[in-house]
Parts: sequence; structure tokens; C-alpha cells
Amino acid sequence: MFSRLLSVARRQRTGRGWQNWSSGRSGAPAAEAHSVALPAQAQVVICGGGIMGTSVAYHLSKMGWKDIVLLEQGRLAAGSTRFCAGILSTARHLTIEQKMADYSNKLYQQLEQETGIQTGVQIYDRTSVLHVMVKKGQVTGVETDKGQIECQYFVNCAGQWAYELGLSNEEPVSIPLHACEHFYLLTRPLETPLQSNTPTVVDADGRIYIRNWQGGILSGGFEKNPKPIFTEGKNQLEIQNLQEDWDHFEPLLSSLLRRMPELETLEIMKLVNCPETFTPDMRCIMGESPAVQGYYVLVGMNSAGLSFAGGAGRYLAEWMVHGYPSESIWELDLKRFGALQSSRTFLRHRVMEVMPLLYDLKVPRWDFQTGRQLRTSPLYDRLDAQGARWMEKHGFERPKYFVPPDKDLLALEQSKTFYKPDWFDIVESEVKCCKEAVCVIDMSSFTKFEITSTGDQALEILQYLFSNDLDVPVGHIVHTGMLNEGGGYENDCSIARLSKRSFFMISPTDQQVHCWAWLKKHMPEDSNLLLEDVTWKYTALNLIGPRAVDVLSELSYAPMTPDHFPSLFCKEMSVGYANGIRVMSMTHTGEPGFMLYIPIEYALHVYNEVMSVGQKYGIRNAGYYALRSLRIEKFFAFWGQDLNTLTTPLECGRESRVKLDKGMDFIGRDALLQQKQNGVYKRLTMFILDDHDTDLDLWPWWGEPIYRNGQYAGKTTSSAYSYTLERHVCLGFVHNFSEDTGEEQVVTADFINRGEYEIDIAGHRFQAKAKLYPVTSLFTHKRRKDDVELSDLHGK
Amino acid sequence: MSSTLPFWILNSARNSIATLQGGRRLYSRCASNRNKSRWRLFSQGPGALKSSAPCSGFALQKAYRHTSTEEDDFHLQLSPEQVNEVLRAGESAHKILDLVSGAPNSVLRFESNQLAANSPVEDRRGVASCLQTSGLMFGIFDGHGGHACAQAVSERLFYYVAVSLMSQQTLERMEGAMESMKPLMPILQWLKHPGDSIYKDVTSVHLDHLRVYWQELLDLHMEMGLNIKEALMYSFQRLDSDISLEVQAPLEDEMTRNLSLQVAFSGATACMAHVDGVHLHVANAGDCRAILGVQEDNGMWSCLPLTRDHNAWNQAELSRLKREHPESEDRTVIVDNRLLGVLMPCRAFGDVQLKWSKELQRSVLERGFDTEALNIYQFTPPHYHTPPYLTAEPEVTYHRLRPQDKFLVLASDGLWDVLDNEDVVRLVVEHLAEASRHKPDLAQRPANLGLMQSLLQQRRAQGLRAADQNAATRLIRHAIGSNEYGEMEPERLTAMLTLPEDLARMYRDDITVTVVYFNSDSIDAYYKGG
Repeated sequence: MFSRLLSVARRQRTGRGWQNWSSGRSGAPAAEAHSVALPAQAQVVICGGGIMGTSVAYHLSKMGWKDIVLLEQGRLAAGSTRFCAGILSTARHLTIEQKMADYSNKLYQQLEQETGIQTGVQIYDRTSVLHVMVKKGQVTGVETDKGQIECQYFVNCAGQWAYELGLSNEEPVSIPLHACEHFYLLTRPLETPLQSNTPTVVDADGRIYIRNWQGGILSGGFEKNPKPIFTEGKNQLEIQNLQEDWDHFEPLLSSLLRRMPELETLEIMKLVNCPETFTPDMRCIMGESPAVQGYYVLVGMNSAGLSFAGGAGRYLAEWMVHGYPSESIWELDLKRFGALQSSRTFLRHRVMEVMPLLYDLKVPRWDFQTGRQLRTSPLYDRLDAQGARWMEKHGFERPKYFVPPDKDLLALEQSKTFYKPDWFDIVESEVKCCKEAVCVIDMSSFTKFEITSTGDQALEILQYLFSNDLDVPVGHIVHTGMLNEGGGYENDCSIARLSKRSFFMISPTDQQVHCWAWLKKHMPEDSNLLLEDVTWKYTALNLIGPRAVDVLSELSYAPMTPDHFPSLFCKEMSVGYANGIRVMSMTHTGEPGFMLYIPIEYALHVYNEVMSVGQKYGIRNAGYYALRSLRIEKFFAFWGQDLNTLTTPLECGRESRVKLDKGMDFIGRDALLQQKQNGVYKRLTMFILDDHDTDLDLWPWWGEPIYRNGQYAGKTTSSAYSYTLERHVCLGFVHNFSEDTGEEQVVTADFINRGEYEIDIAGHRFQAKAKLYPVTSLFTHKRRKDDVELSDLHGK
Repeated sequence: MSSTLPFWILNSARNSIATLQGGRRLYSRCASNRNKSRWRLFSQGPGALKSSAPCSGFALQKAYRHTSTEEDDFHLQLSPEQVNEVLRAGESAHKILDLVSGAPNSVLRFESNQLAANSPVEDRRGVASCLQTSGLMFGIFDGHGGHACAQAVSERLFYYVAVSLMSQQTLERMEGAMESMKPLMPILQWLKHPGDSIYKDVTSVHLDHLRVYWQELLDLHMEMGLNIKEALMYSFQRLDSDISLEVQAPLEDEMTRNLSLQVAFSGATACMAHVDGVHLHVANAGDCRAILGVQEDNGMWSCLPLTRDHNAWNQAELSRLKREHPESEDRTVIVDNRLLGVLMPCRAFGDVQLKWSKELQRSVLERGFDTEALNIYQFTPPHYHTPPYLTAEPEVTYHRLRPQDKFLVLASDGLWDVLDNEDVVRLVVEHLAEASRHKPDLAQRPANLGLMQSLLQQRRAQGLRAADQNAATRLIRHAIGSNEYGEMEPERLTAMLTLPEDLARMYRDDITVTVVYFNSDSIDAYYKGG
């Protein structure tokens, strides 16, 4: 397959594929070294002649780009690709990964026929990229050991060396990944050699895979105690020492022989050690660097390079050619990471946890245990002492819930479940307190930007970048999307107008890099316009509940009732002794209450005051799980989970948050107008499960199929148990697939309302009521018109 | 970064990471408590601190990061992997690859390790090859009363030796380069452990003094330079004298002046080996020790000591001291097995308190040093009548290497206090045997999966997997983990490694070990070649 990719790319002789790896070399068959000098310029330079680099080259050339140079430091198809075990698994965890693997599978079959197409890809092996040249935040060329090449686009497909290559620029590109040694065994053929149609076996409990290889077997695995390597970068000593480590392989060998005792007599041929690259969240990394335009990345395959190469190469090529890929790939976007995940120590520790996870049961709401406590709120220790249990988002520790002193939870291992989790009662009492009294949640992790200008530039540019009208009176808060040309959400945020010329923007935690890059890319180079990341400057406390108003008025000597302090309003005021606290009348849940943005040096003071004054109102700490339950039961969609770059405001009933009728241009307007005219093809809908037994049935988490009148209609995107409704609530998109052709058709409110729905949880279908608007009885407080579907910024 | 740790325990991941970093801090944290066992002050009782002490039953130090999701009453207990990490932190090993003038080197490789008890550690080690002459040098330097003197000796001694061995012609070239301000030819190539204290390249003052030394050598007009024995003798004494003079000379720079004072008023014993072909010279001053592991033709192993400890148990040393001092002092030179009742070794670098006259000490210290801040011991022992009592003059042993000489062990007294020579040879031999068994030999590899599995499981059961790759580590492991019957006790090992740093020194000393393996084939070739 690999050689096919190559042969298409360069019309080299059709070498032997990896299937015939027996010669020990045929994995690197195709290209002969160019002895001629490198070209002085090219449109695209791709670094890395593994399967990723060649896939990108293949797809770019298929899309019509002709001027492509592919550089490989060693021989073509060396590295992990050469030693790849050759397993293409199309059972993946994320929808997007599934799509990539399916496409790869089809592509590889197609490549069997497709050879000898003339393309414009030139391949140079034994050429190392030293660094990428950047001018004014834009790629201008690459410096190699054989000279320079000017180029507009650079693609880093350097596999396990991508991290180092990224850092070698003057403007470093953080690509968080780390290699671990990976072993597999090759044997001589069985007495009756295995047939080529022998299925590949994965024994996840035994942590091994087994496949036919030349009539014998190839078997490797992902052990519990990985050996990270190359922490200090490329190290000749370690490369030379990449030897077989039989002692390390023993548990995997034993599990192989436990599963297939007959193999005992098989003759050993070789134990191969080929390092694999892993990422901090077990997802691959692709996309454009937030810091350097024209610098693209496709790496970090977590041992699934072969499965992903085709699809990933295609999406990246689309991205480069069209400016965006045809699918939402946020989960794989380089910009989900920042420099903060690029510590070598962090990566080394984290990948030791990630690699075994490949064959572990992946339960919902799993939190990584390594690389923690990096970013914390000033209240961390206080909350921790009060029983907080933590989850991590973008390096930031956030409380999940608070374990009361008398309550014991299960040990970490035993708490893994797809059923009702052990924190159920704890979260229930937190939710109840939010409904009846008041709770405080530390939500400091949100991304917070300030945009100011000397004149009206800030308003002007924001009006163009954001879909809702931001020309509101000072002190008002607007929920708005930041849309792309297609009308899809690049970000969903809340913006408070602090003054005529200054705005305070609150986005989800993991938007820190993406949103910054988007704003920077679209903002004019205007020295009068100042964009500042103030995330670290504020501690954010969310006071949720009917008594929040009492706590706050007692602490500020100011009336806080809705008449004085209407909903979605922002004001700087004093709380306790501390002045200049930004108080906002919103809670991201639809419950009454306030967000307090506190300069960090006042955080402890304000927290202490709130807790001591709040005592008589029954205040307690709460965590994100309570928040999540509250927001989902009120149909608050969350960017990154329910919303992505391919969902528009019209598809989730947020037309009221778009200034379509104001005659103002903004990014995505044309697409939305068109959609308004044509109708939407999917619609975010809330489902309330009817016959689901919370105690005994498997819980919905996300990704469950939705059936309408017995027909598949889409998948859920998130779900939570509503303690108020005493039912599970799922959010998900409903499509209207034509029964005959499978084609997508317009979805109307009527279409939604007239259906009978079921949600399929692990093969069992549960009846569900579909709703396009939240259950109104849940709202108890006075609110403004568009408050019905407040934006929500958090939760998992 | 060397502090990252290849282990992973899911359930206590956060703890374990913190723990090990805590563990490593046993070495590196600078604390003000001082080791007084080598130097004994008079306020202290005579009880020997090294007496065997119970090692279990300690409330182990809590050294983990505060975390929430696990029980807070988790007690520090090092896992075997963590024990290994702590023990191996100081490892270094080199294969000697360079072929000296076409002939294979008689040194095959060396393995070294260091485990601290003092904080900071007072032992130093050094390995370097002479670039202008031939030969490899290995040194162990055991400091006392601070690490300043050991540090200085480890940085400077090899330069003195290397210069002493240079031919007249080479010295002239060196002098010529200095005069014309041209870059000096490199004298030494260091083979360092990354964790070893940075060897400052010869600072200008030190270089000046080194230059004075080679100028004097030039004046001797010896065509071929000194012979090795002389070179070692002179180098030791010359360096000690320079250390002593540097602090007496007026120095402008306060930093250098304070450092010189710390060097002169602390001490260090030194043991070094110079190997050139089959010629092995060992120079020793103090109670570090060097022994040879010898395998006779019948396969039996024996030990050949190459040094004699210079302490109160050495009759020759006692006689020497009596000879050098008036009869009236016969009963006071050694008190409680210590020189003047103070110092265990009777030869050492530095320690000018036992070398200078009272007047000289007073006049130097009266120059306004802040002795408190510099941690200088300022005292005069009783019966201090006829200094110097202490010398850095080494005893030099020559040994012509034979094919049956397999390895050389150099170690500080921290090792020899608990293991005798035979134990050490036995442990290194065991290590060699295991290492050869450990090597995955393709030719002898079991042919099929079943046999391979049973072999691997056997190895695991025997704990061979965890076997040390480094003989020095194995020696240290046994030195601190063996009970009085010489058996390994894992609990004892763990307890010894988790001792709080202020207690560690009471139960063990800094231990530094270097094991040098000889290449019998090339030694054989020397003999056959003539």
C-alpha cells in the first residue's frame, strides 16, 4: 500500500509493499536518491517520507497542486512506517477517526489499481530539514543540510522527530508528542503456514495483537510499563541501543502463549523494536500552527498511522488547498494544545500512561493521572482540603465534585464504569443546593481575552468577527458565536462590553490557542487595537442558586435584585474588602446567580468572605459535574462537544443570536442567509429518556445512535442525568435521511415534533421524548428574551 | 533530563513522581548540617557514629506532593523500581573505544557510581585520559569537613600528573603557547557523569600555578619527563603545597580567596590509578582503597590489594608518625585511633589545621575571613607541638598487569567500612557472571517461543531482571543493604535509602566506587608482542 502511495506520487517503479517485508528492506522500495541539487523553490515542502508525508503529497497532487517537494532524512519509508506492523483497524473511538480509517481502507484498495499517474511530487531522500525559515509569522522556506528551498507551505510529517523540528524554528511550533519503544515478534512459518486470509486478532486483555506474517506470526502489544525514549531529542546512543529487550517483552509473550498455547513450538526469527509516537490525549495531531502561517503538521499517530494515513492526509491536503477540511477535526487540531503541553517531562510521563491505555477499557469521564496540577486556581489547596476531586482541561485543574468527609468513593480502578457512577449521590446533593440555596464553583479555567482600542476599531472588528450584535449598551453581556465562512462555530463565547471601546470575552478553556490564533489571523495589523490574554489574571467564581443574590448584596452593600442588576449584566463592584470585582449576572446554567471575575490576589479573600457570609444561606462547594447536569437539562449546547465548525446557529435554534436582520456584514453571514432560505439539514434536539432505569441500565454518555420512527437519524453529542426531571437528558443532531437514497433532506420543526424517538444504548433502545426548547418549568427566575438558550462554555 | 523516571504506577502516579524527586533530593539539597564523623570535635562524645544502628522502625519521611484523590495517610514506601532509580542515579559507564596507537587498550571499560550520605555529597571521582601522553587516570577523592578540598583535588590533581609526565618538548610547546597567548593544547579528556559537579576548567589562578609547576619541570631539563612513580609523588605534594600557598598569598578576588580558604581548611583523601598499557600505578594518600580482582589459571578468584590504608590501624603509619615527631608526643599523636584525636586518615590533602603552625593559622585567619559563613573549622587540637602532622605524600604502588588481572576496584572508605576486599571481589565476579548470562546472545537464544518464555520467566523469578547493569551499583546495593551476616535485606535497603538527610550520615558514609575492567586479550598481546 505504501509503495502504491509513492508510486502514484512519483511514478517510481512499483516496489514491493510492506506485506512482502521479508526481504527486510522492501518497505523502502521506491525512490532512488536524487543526486541532483535541491530545487531553489517549491510551493510545498513536506518533511518526512513516511506514510503520513507521502499521503499528504499524494492528496495534494490529486487536488491539483503540482509543485511539491518531499524530503526524507534517511530512506523513503523508513522510521516507524518501515517497521509498522501493518494492521489497519477501522474500529476507532472518535467519529472523525472512524472516518479517516474507513477512507484509508478504501483508498488502499483503490491504490491497488491506481498506478503510474504522473504528478508533480519530487522526492529527495537523505536530506534533513534543519529548520523552517519564517518571516512575519509566515513560512518562507526551509533550510536543509543540502541547501535552502523557498516555499509557501511547510508540512511537518517528521513523526517522532516532529517535536524537535517544531522547536528548531526561531518562532517555535509546539507539537506535543513523545516516542516509546514498541516491540513485536516475528516467527518462522508454522508447519502448515498460515494463509494470507488469516484474520488479525487483537486480545485487548492480553494487550497483544497477532497477525499472519509470511506464514508465521507477527505479534506485538502495548505493555503496562512502556519505555519512553528520545526524551532529550534525537540521540545516536539511544538509536544504536534500540535492541531487542526480551525481558521487557516477556509479559506480552506470555499472554500470547496463554491465548494460543500451540504456538509454543514456533521458531523465533526476530524481536523488532520500533519506537512509536504518542500524544498527550491519544489523538493524532494535525492542522496549521497557531504561530506560523503556512506551517502544517500531521503527526502523533499513537500506533495507528497506517489506519489514519489515508484519511488524515486527505483532510490535511483539503485544509491546505481549501483553507478548511471537509470534516470537523477539532479533536485532532494542533491548536487544542499550546506550549503548556510541550514540556519534555510532561510528555514523557504522560505517554507512559497513554500507551497502555490503547488496550485498556476506555470508560467515560476518564481523567489522566499523570502530568497533573500544572495550572491551578489560587483556591486549589482550599478546595482540595474540602474534598474536591479534580479533572483537567488544557492543563487546568477543575473540581468535578466534592466528597463529603463521611463519604468514601471507590478506588480509581473500581470506579471505571459505563453504569451509574459512584459520584451520583454527591452530585445530586450539589445540584439540589444549586436549586434551593447557593453553591460556589471555581471556574477559573475559562479563556479570557480583553479587546480594546483607542477608537471604534474594537467594536468594528468584533462586529465582523462575531455573529451577534455587540453594539449594546456598556455593561451588557452578549452570547455570540465566532463563525467561519460556512456559518459554523469556530468558537462560542460570551462577550461583556466593559466600555465603549473595550470588551471582555469569555471562551471555553481549550479555546485559548485556537481563538487567539483566529482573532490574530482576522484582526488588522492595527497598533490601536489591543488584544490581551488575561486568563491568568482572574479567578472566576460561579455563585449559583436563588440565594446568591443575598450573599452578594450582603458582601457588597448593593442591591442585587433583578430590578437593579438585570440578567446578563456586568458591573465592577466591591465584594468584601476587595474592589474591582467584575460581577456578571449569568451562571452558564440558566440558574439564577452570578459569575465573579476576581483579580487573583483577591481570590482567597473573596472566596473566604463568600463562604462565611454564605453559611447562613446554606452555601457549599460544587463542581463541574453538577454544572453539567444543570446546563444539559436546560438544553445548553457546548462548543467542542455539541457544537463544532460544521454546525451553525440555525441548526441549534440560535437564530436570535445572529444579527441577520441588522444589515451588518460578518463572517458566515452569506452561508447563514442561504441556509435560512433553504432550511437546515440537521437540528440539535434534546431527548428525555422515558423507560431508562438509572440504577440498572447502562447510561448514555455520548455518541449513542438516535432512531426516528425506527430509522437511524443521527447521534447524541452529550448527555447528563437531570436530577430535577429525574430522567436522563441527551442532546444530539437529528438528520432527515431519505429512505430511498440516504440523501440528507431538510429538517423542520414539524419533522422533529412528528417523530417517535429511541436512543440506542449499547444495543438496547430506550424511548425518548424530543424537544426543541427546554422544559420551561425548570426556569424559576426572571430573564431576558434570549436568555432561554444561554451559551454554555464548559463541561465535558 | 536525568530526573525523569522510567516507571509508572497508575494508582500512585502522582505520588511516585513526587517521591522520586524527593528521593533524589537526598543528594542534592544543600543543608547546613555537617558531617562530623571524620572530623571529630571535642564537644562531641567519643561514641563512634558508625556503630551498627537499627535501620528499621524509622518513621519514614513523607516526601510526596500533596494530592487529593487518594488517602492522605499514604506512607512513603519505595518500590523496588524506585530503589533502583535512587541507586542508579549516580551511575556512569564508558567503554574505552579509542585504540591507542593501533594497539587495543588494556582497559576495556569502567563502571562507576556514587551514593551520597552527606548533603551535599563530599566524595568526588574523576576519570580522564591524558591527551599529550598516553594513559588513563581514575581517581576517588573522599572529602571531609566539607567538599571544597575534594572538589579542588578532583579538578586539579590530574592536570598536575599529566604535566609531570610530559616530555621536555611538550612542556616547551605548552610554555610557548602560553607566552604567545595562543590556545593551549588540550591536556585531559574527562569522562564525566552528567551529575558530577562541573569541573571548572582550570581557572586562571590555578592555571598560573600549574604553569609555575611546569616551568620548574622545564628547568630540570629532563628529556623524557618524570617517570610515573615520581610524577605521582610530586603531583600530590605539589598540589597540596599549592593549595596551602594559595590561601597564604594575597588574592584580590574575594570569591577565589574564600574558596581557597575553604579548600585549605577542609580535607580530602585521594586514591588514583594510572593505567598505560600493562603498567598500572596506584597512588594513595588516606583511607580510600584500590584492589585488583585476579583470576588464577585454575579459575579461582583472589584479591590483590594495591594500597594500604593510612590510618591508625596501619603499623607502618604509626611508626612513621612516631619517627616524624618527638618521643614526647608518642602517646598523643594518635588518640582514640585518630590523628591528634581528630582525624581518621593520617594522610590527606588540605587540612591546614594539622599542617600549619598555630601562628600561621592565626595570621591567615586574622585577615578578616568570615569563618562562620565559610563553614571553616577553626580550632587547635591539644598537643599540637610539632606540625605538620599530616601529609599528602602518596604511597605509590606499581603493578605490571597480567592476563589474569581482570578488574580494578577503587572506592572510598564508605564501601570498605562495610565490605571487605574478598566480598568486593566476589560481588564483582558475580556481577560479571550474571552480566554474561544476561546478554541476549542470539546464537544461544532458545529457538522457539515456549523455551524463550520459560527462560524469561525463570530470569524473572530469580530477580535477574533487576540485576544491576553496573558493578559499582551492585557493590553499593550490598554495602548498604546487607545485614551483619552479609545477606541482602530489601527492607534494610529501602530504609537506608529513605533516611532523612540529616540522619543518613549517621548510618552510612558517602560511597563512591569505580570498577575498571581490563582487556585480558590485549594484555596478553603486550606480552606476546614482546
